[in-house]
Amino acid sequence: MLGRILTSGLIAGAAAGLCAAVLHLMFIQPVLLHAELYESGELVHFGAASGTAARPGFGLDPVRDGLSVIFSMLTYAGFALILVALMALAEGRGAVILARNGLLWGVAGFVAVLLAPAFSLPPEVPGVAAAEILPRQAWWFATVFAAGAAMWLLAFGRGWRAWGAVAVLLLAPHAIGAPEPDGFAGPVPTELGALFAARVLGVGLVAWVLLGLLSGFLWSSGDETAS
Amino acid sequence: MTTRTISEARPASASFGMLLAALLGLGIVVLAGHVQADALHAAAHDVRHANGFPCH
Repeated sequence: MLGRILTSGLIAGAAAGLCAAVLHLMFIQPVLLHAELYESGELVHFGAASGTAARPGFGLDPVRDGLSVIFSMLTYAGFALILVALMALAEGRGAVILARNGLLWGVAGFVAVLLAPAFSLPPEVPGVAAAEILPRQAWWFATVFAAGAAMWLLAFGRGWRAWGAVAVLLLAPHAIGAPEPDGFAGPVPTELGALFAARVLGVGLVAWVLLGLLSGFLWSSGDETAS
Repeated sequence: MTTRTISEARPASASFGMLLAALLGLGIVVLAGHVQADALHAAAHDVRHANGFPCH
């Protein structure tokens, strides 16, 4: 069991993480680097004579971008191991796991890990004002676990109690509220912040759908060879 | 009888495998995405931002 989960998860995670990394370098990194020029003070948008929106040309940085590729693959491998372990658990309880419904598993993972926390703690471009890191991380993990449980209940729960629990699990973290900064002092233009958050969610959706698809495919094909 | 023993023994080791894999996955996500050690933070910085993890 462990070996099968590791095989499916690591292959699916590495592939989805690689895809996420390529999209990251194409669509997210230029926004991030542009924002860092404001974070460092090299560019200023308020009070400056010219508020040019032209994006400086950014070349590839082999070390920095190479590390991003490695950590992206690592991060998605971590997600994949959890996703495939949950697929195995569901299959043991009678669910059918295939590539096609793996897509839905991917969407559920996207909602739990990216969309739910982003609803109150939007993806931060470098330079934005934010609360202390530890409370934010604690809120992030609590929200991801709650939303993950909600996705499970949405898929496998029965009856109004389950639906009620789904609503509570999804709403509670946002009703309680994420840790917020004392003041808004971020030097980065809101245009870049919004673009960054949208790009993160878009790239994340693609990567998670691919992760679910590959996990479902590899897990179900592993089943045929095993039995 | 032998098959029964195997089918009864299987769920326990299967649950253990699932739990171990999920914990391993969680450990990787925490290490790559959340531990604030300087070297890790610097290396994973862009990916942390790009995945909506709280950073800094």
